[in-house]
Amino acid sequence: MREITIGQYIPGNSIVHRLDPRTKIILTLAYMILLFALNNFYGYIFPAAFLILATLLSRIPVRYLVKGLKPLVLIIALTFVLNSFMVKGRVIYELGPLDITYEGLSQGAFMAIRLILLITGTSILTLTTSPIALTDGIERLLSPFRKIGVPAHELAMMMTIALRFIPTLLEETDKIMKAQMARGADFESGNLINRAKNMVPLLVPLFISAFRRADDLAMAMEARCYRGGENRTRLKELKMTSLDIATYAVFVLFAIGGIASRFM
Amino acid sequence: MSIDVRKLTHIYMPNTPFESVAIKDIDWTINDGEFWGLIGHTGSGKSTLIQHLNGLLKPTSGEIIIDGKNIHGKDVSLKSIRQKVGLVFQYPEHQLFEETVAQDVAFGPKNMGLAEEEVSKRVKEALELVGLSYEEVKDKSPFELSGGQMRRVAIAGVLAMKPEVLVLDEPTAGLDPRGRDEILQEIVDLKQKQNLTVILVSHSMEDIAKIVDKLAVMYKGRMVCQGNPREIFQDYESLVEMGLGIPQVTELMIKLKGRGKDVSSDILTVEEAREEILKKIRGKGLA
Repeated sequence: MREITIGQYIPGNSIVHRLDPRTKIILTLAYMILLFALNNFYGYIFPAAFLILATLLSRIPVRYLVKGLKPLVLIIALTFVLNSFMVKGRVIYELGPLDITYEGLSQGAFMAIRLILLITGTSILTLTTSPIALTDGIERLLSPFRKIGVPAHELAMMMTIALRFIPTLLEETDKIMKAQMARGADFESGNLINRAKNMVPLLVPLFISAFRRADDLAMAMEARCYRGGENRTRLKELKMTSLDIATYAVFVLFAIGGIASRFM
Repeated sequence: MSIDVRKLTHIYMPNTPFESVAIKDIDWTINDGEFWGLIGHTGSGKSTLIQHLNGLLKPTSGEIIIDGKNIHGKDVSLKSIRQKVGLVFQYPEHQLFEETVAQDVAFGPKNMGLAEEEVSKRVKEALELVGLSYEEVKDKSPFELSGGQMRRVAIAGVLAMKPEVLVLDEPTAGLDPRGRDEILQEIVDLKQKQNLTVILVSHSMEDIAKIVDKLAVMYKGRMVCQGNPREIFQDYESLVEMGLGIPQVTELMIKLKGRGKDVSSDILTVEEAREEILKKIRGKGLA
């Protein structure tokens, strides 16, 4: 249970780690838009180069990026296969009623590369930004929308708390599972219905403890006079530095390259 | 039944930036009928160590031999090991889940595949063993009991499996002094009545020094010493360095001795200290 890596943050002090979280969020969004704006293989050179640059600078071991792809291998494979069969064009190989076409293969590969770049790019964001910094960034980015009724602070607070409790709940799950296994519980074998039934000794204590924790936390927050976002100051103000500006500039260069490739 | 721990090492999350060595090169032999105290500061690896004793954790290297067989060997069923080595976790009341106390205690024996009759017999026995009245609590929801009672129900849940070795991880955590003394006394009684082998895990010397026969001390993932508590306390300076300390009364006697008073420092309880001091004073008075 402890080995879950989705959305995991790897502490570090690289240039990418030190960027303002807002920069990283905006650039990740821009990077995603760029990926969808490209229409030929050559265009991918630019976001791919940007991704490689970011990976090198962040000093994140490449196997973490590969690990992030693992759960999505099926979707990527499916995209590739479906595209290969569905697109009409020059037939390369006939498989019963289905035809594999040259255009299909090319379209499939195009989509698969897009997905891989998309996933790896976004994992750079979560791997180098702590959840707290991430929600801080989101809060600040959303705050202009407060005027039209978006509860930016409350949303960010909920996200912070939820993220904060993921490891705690995982630990708790691990502990209760072990305690029940020590009493002979079996979480691994049996058919689906039996397995679901066997989860009861795990889920009941887990829910009780989650509610107890929520209750304690609410009490602790009230005891410290917590109340919403209005006029709250913060211990660590987010600050854009020259590093952020330089990063935006570099990205814009790559983006122009990418867009230009559309007209080649 | 004897447990032999050989060169046991456990590393959490190996090959990641979060890798940490929890315990290293532990050698430990627990013989039939012994009463052990396993002591160490928070994070010294006590909980990791005991989770190996019934196969909940798999060693990174080293082995655990129970009755001559490696418990991770092919011909050993972990289920039977977990029945023989009963493990009571820290805050065991957090694992209660059934609608009634009796049902919750029955969870372990039922998983062993025992007949209905045998299960209810064991539930009754186990609840009485931890000092609860079967008739009174059996149909109650475990969640309407007091904290101390809930903990007893959880301990009964393990006892109902009739383990030969009982391992308790900080059974007194979060209890008031009276609740603490009661639970400790019950464990002592239980050991005598059931002829169990008991391992009591704690970070408080004060709690366990006077009830256990043997003491194993852990520090930063290693087992630094084991043996008779009285002998271990003689080197109290290194214990203090490990953040452990010794019972206050033993410390008092060691300090008296250090000031040149002719008293024995081989003392664990206030009663023993009183005897010893009175003996010396009277001895002087007569002379």
